[in-house]
Amino acid sequence: MKRNSQLDEQGQLRHFLSVEGLGRAVLTEILDRAETFAGVASRAVKKVPLLRGKTVINLFFESSTRTRTTFELAAKRLSADVLNINIATSATSKGESLLDTLRNLEAMHCDMFVVRHNQSGAASFIAAHVAPHISVINAGDGSHAHPTQAMLDAFTIRQLKGEFNRLRVAVVGDILHSRVARSQIHALNILGVGELRVIGPKTLVPDSVTSLGVHVFHDMRSGLKDVDVVIMLRLQRERMQGAFLASEHEYFHLYGLTEDKLARARPDAIVLHPGPINRGVEIDSRVADGPQSVILQQVSNGIAVRMAIMSMVLGRQVESVEVKH
Amino acid sequence: MRILISGGRIVDPRNGADFTGDLAIADGRVLAVGKVPADFQAQQHIVADGKVVCPGLVDLSVRLREPGQEHKGTIASETLAAAAGGVCTVCIPPDTDPVIDSPAVVELIRQRAEDAGRAHVAVLGAITRQLKGTHITEMHALQQAGCVGVSNGMTPIANALVQRRAMEYASGYGLKTYLYPEDSHLANGGCMHEGAISLRMGLSGIPECAESIAVSRDLLLVEQTGAPAHFCRLSSGRALEMVAHARQQGLPVSADVAVHHLHLTDVDLVDFNSYCHVRPPLRAQRDQQALLAGLQSGAIGAICSDHQPHETSAKLLPFAETEPGISGLETLLPLALRAGHAAKLSLLQTLALLTSGPAAILGLDCGHLSVGAVADVCVFDPQASWLVTPSRLHSEGKNTPFVNWEMQGRVQHTLLAGRVVYDAKMEKL
Repeated sequence: MKRNSQLDEQGQLRHFLSVEGLGRAVLTEILDRAETFAGVASRAVKKVPLLRGKTVINLFFESSTRTRTTFELAAKRLSADVLNINIATSATSKGESLLDTLRNLEAMHCDMFVVRHNQSGAASFIAAHVAPHISVINAGDGSHAHPTQAMLDAFTIRQLKGEFNRLRVAVVGDILHSRVARSQIHALNILGVGELRVIGPKTLVPDSVTSLGVHVFHDMRSGLKDVDVVIMLRLQRERMQGAFLASEHEYFHLYGLTEDKLARARPDAIVLHPGPINRGVEIDSRVADGPQSVILQQVSNGIAVRMAIMSMVLGRQVESVEVKH
Repeated sequence: MRILISGGRIVDPRNGADFTGDLAIADGRVLAVGKVPADFQAQQHIVADGKVVCPGLVDLSVRLREPGQEHKGTIASETLAAAAGGVCTVCIPPDTDPVIDSPAVVELIRQRAEDAGRAHVAVLGAITRQLKGTHITEMHALQQAGCVGVSNGMTPIANALVQRRAMEYASGYGLKTYLYPEDSHLANGGCMHEGAISLRMGLSGIPECAESIAVSRDLLLVEQTGAPAHFCRLSSGRALEMVAHARQQGLPVSADVAVHHLHLTDVDLVDFNSYCHVRPPLRAQRDQQALLAGLQSGAIGAICSDHQPHETSAKLLPFAETEPGISGLETLLPLALRAGHAAKLSLLQTLALLTSGPAAILGLDCGHLSVGAVADVCVFDPQASWLVTPSRLHSEGKNTPFVNWEMQGRVQHTLLAGRVVYDAKMEKL
């Protein structure tokens, strides 16, 4: 068995590229550490000096507001210097320029790349080609993985619902194209969730997803029965092309989360969504803004979780610095 | 030039020969096999004790990259790689730039190959103009220029009517159609086999049925027209089964397999290894097992390298953006030997898939050591093991997933029409 390329010789996180292949101990450590950071946000001085003197580059080949902003805030609260670079994918459609871009940025003596790219495997590719002192965090690569999103979802679930092993979780929507869903499925399974379901039409939830360790439902009402957590996925409008779906109208009718469908879940069930939400496509406004929705909480938790991951990856040498509550 | 190759194990599949003896070559042809006339005066003597002496290999699919993509390889560089791999005849698909759809391009390639002088080049002409799949080419003229068959490269003709007419037209002049079976709509720009692994990796998959549906359509067209066809690079067990069944029914069809499909599966892609990005894609283990079984059953007539050299940067990209293909000429023989071993074939049977088998598919008088035959010979040490390293490859393309694999079987000498074109001791000639 090959050693996980995300871990260093001591088994510490060197990169954070995918949840897959990591152990429960590492994921739990991320969640525990994020809990200590969650307190930082409510202090008058929202900074800890863990990454002072380090330089983090947000390297976004695909546009994003929420993810980039929360990574930026997370890095700043850890006292790192942050540089945001947005590169339209068209400008680097050839690989030489992708590697050239990396070489140029390396020459600026940075310590970490936070990478988002529209190609699956791009973060691993970059991690395999950066200078050895640089760490890479995957902020979403194609349809492959979005591990920090999965960890912040797991954090939100644990914060509100407690132990994973007693929970029934349903992920609803376009599993086939969703990096968020893949990472969530791996993370929740590693963390030992009681039951994991995925719900959606057969074109977007093929039977082969059972190999990821989930139960498949094509009928939302039976899929939502008695669940504790509902995770809605964003539906990309281009799925209407290519014969994946008939219409937004039928999709909403079958898989849009309405109060009526949510009533099938447990009364205290919570509703998550990685954002940005399409109101009236995958979720009804009354649910998105309703009492069971924890969508905004996810956003604030995103900062703490990303602080935890960045500090674990970059702070391997500064372990001794105490985080004061 | 008179050459004596002495003491080797002569394995000549077409003649069913496997014995230890001498081989005498004079004026570019095989003069004697087994026992050499007492008065034969050799000008060059190759001692082949402990070595295998077999016909020069015939490779059904090699991209020389010239004309059009000389930054990836040239006729000179890639025929040198062929010689180093024991390959004497390379069959090239028409997807060069310009496309081989006119006699002038055929002539250009033949001329350059002759100048390089390291391998015979068998040319497949384009079956439709510009490989666009709409208008058929002047196939008779292409045949007159030397094309041995016709093909649409790796862009299958989507329109079944055009495909039917093209096959009929070609067969009227005795030209066989070489088909790359893939339904392009089902393939949908995918970059790997569709299955549990592609799902996990978030890469768009090419379902197995993209191949088997294309094979089934084309088999029915063969049945309809009676035109002979060859299926290139089968990757799916089910497609192979259909071809095998059609052969039993007496249809004039054959199939080959790329040697890497006998060794690798989609599992080898798990760390986004772009060297494993190939078309057709590496499929599931059951497909690999079925292909190995097809070597044994005779359903597969040839093993080819599907040599596709690339410049380094073509593979230094996120997986889906990399160019598919493996630089395979120099690992063809040892990988085929290993596959033959796994499929429990005799050495004679394995070498048949590299010599007489592909020669019969091409309809060429090569790939055998009969007295009087053009003396294309490969002498290799079946025991010698070597480690694949990029620097060791003569091809301009160093793109191979087999780096650091230990290969068993090493080419010592390659003779083309009675002339030594590769000598491992002297390296480059």
